[in-house]
Amino acid sequence: MKILVTVKRVIDYNVQIRVKADGSGVETDNVKMSMNPPDENAVEEALRIKESGKADEVIIVSVGDEKAQETIRTALAMGADRGIHIKVPHDVEPLNVAKILEKIVEKEQPKLILMGKQAIDDDNNQTGQMLSAKLGWSQGTFASKIELENDHAIITREIDEGLETIKTSLPLVATCDLRLNDPRYASLPNIMRAKKKTIDKYTSEELGIDVSLRIKQLKVTEPPKRQKGIMVANVEELVQKLKYEAKII
Amino acid sequence: MSIIVLAEHNNNELKSATLSAINAASNIDDKIDILVVGSECQNVVNTLKKIKIIKKIIVVDDPKYLNSIAEFISPILISLSKDYSHILAAASTFGKNVMPRVAALLDVAQISDIIKIENDDTFVRPIYAGNALATVQSTDTIKVITIRPTSFDPVTFDEGEAEIENLSFENENNKVEFIKREETKSDRPELGTARIVISGGRGLGSAENFSLLNEIADKLNAAVGASRAAVDAGYISNDSQVGQTGKVVVPDLYIAVGISGAIQHLAGMKESKIIVAINKDEEAPIFNVADYGLKADLFEALPQLSLELDKLNTIQK
Repeated sequence: MKILVTVKRVIDYNVQIRVKADGSGVETDNVKMSMNPPDENAVEEALRIKESGKADEVIIVSVGDEKAQETIRTALAMGADRGIHIKVPHDVEPLNVAKILEKIVEKEQPKLILMGKQAIDDDNNQTGQMLSAKLGWSQGTFASKIELENDHAIITREIDEGLETIKTSLPLVATCDLRLNDPRYASLPNIMRAKKKTIDKYTSEELGIDVSLRIKQLKVTEPPKRQKGIMVANVEELVQKLKYEAKII
Repeated sequence: MSIIVLAEHNNNELKSATLSAINAASNIDDKIDILVVGSECQNVVNTLKKIKIIKKIIVVDDPKYLNSIAEFISPILISLSKDYSHILAAASTFGKNVMPRVAALLDVAQISDIIKIENDDTFVRPIYAGNALATVQSTDTIKVITIRPTSFDPVTFDEGEAEIENLSFENENNKVEFIKREETKSDRPELGTARIVISGGRGLGSAENFSLLNEIADKLNAAVGASRAAVDAGYISNDSQVGQTGKVVVPDLYIAVGISGAIQHLAGMKESKIIVAINKDEEAPIFNVADYGLKADLFEALPQLSLELDKLNTIQK
């Protein structure tokens, strides 16, 4: 069984982003980039499934500019087998990505697709569900546990009320929560080995996918800044302030 | 223009996030219908009947829709979609699960988690954990939108006049099966809508120590939240997580205890009206957003806070 794992190159989660002065977006020049955090969980889960003998191959896919290949290499260094990079002419929307991935699924015929539940840059939380719908497959979103059996999976999902467990047949798109596992670090020998692994390269045009955008980003602004407050000396003062100044308790 | 809102409920009670979605819809147009998919969900329909601005309540009531399975609900919305210009739901885990499926099947983009409506096709949504706000314009003929519940007040109840339309819908999907739901039961207010929230971080040190927070939560009638670090460490269940990948809360008062204030946590609480931070590290970034900061060891501060609240209550009596 093949597992397809998607990864996205995003601004590192520790970076305090800066909005461009002209309102056209967020500054990405000279900013540290990393793999989208829940995508690391997806890669890790795929590797564990392969190591347990339930899958033969882990294929990493990324849609983005040339540099997305660095993120694919990171996943290959963690232990994935090979990569596929689809170059796009500009930033794309989840719907575009779902259509591109649908094409790759046609080529590769995986039984399981693992994705991060959300990218921490656009915070859309859409692509996995969209891909699942396009393929007519089942979806297991926000997964914090995935148990694979012969022709089905038992998935524990993190929902607002607590946890939900579903059983779905394969093929399946699962989107991974940060609590699914602890992603491994790539060892130096594995980083070296990853350099020799194959990355197949396509463009969205070669795949015949129209990547025109349905949503126009008119402007990006900074949210209103919070005024820094005061430090209180002790708990008694805190309670007095909340009671008589903020009048909140 | 007309709008359909997907109701979220547990077959008995309507979720307040849906009331926020109805309010958001009313900022776009006044032709608002609502879809209820469930099993023996008459109470939910009765609640919706009390909302004046709803024109029609479409009800699909069948045992196979007992549990909210995205693959079952999305075809129903698709079958109704041709009559609507906008399809709305709250950006809860329910809405996030169902709506992108609907959008993809309609071949339209989705606009996620909007916090403001500029006009019928232009919306504001947070990106990068709320550190930037994007104003976006949809060019699709049907707009599929999820709304951030804390950014829209819930609609109030009144004398409604909605027409009820019962619909039966064949579900042909047999690929997915619901097994169980483990809900965290609490007598405290719901985290998403509580007036006061007190949250703990890794600084609490253990699950047992959360009882210190619980005690204060009970005195303030507050909900208890947590940082991702505390949830990851197993101190408290996942539904308590506040932040970019957890819940967004906007209470009148947010008390952060032993929480350093990572970008991902701030994303879930920095719109709160008043923020209090208690942390022993005075360099902790949480102090940059706090209205009142207290540098203290939480194991000393929390019992003191409990005592001070008792004193206050005695004076009030």
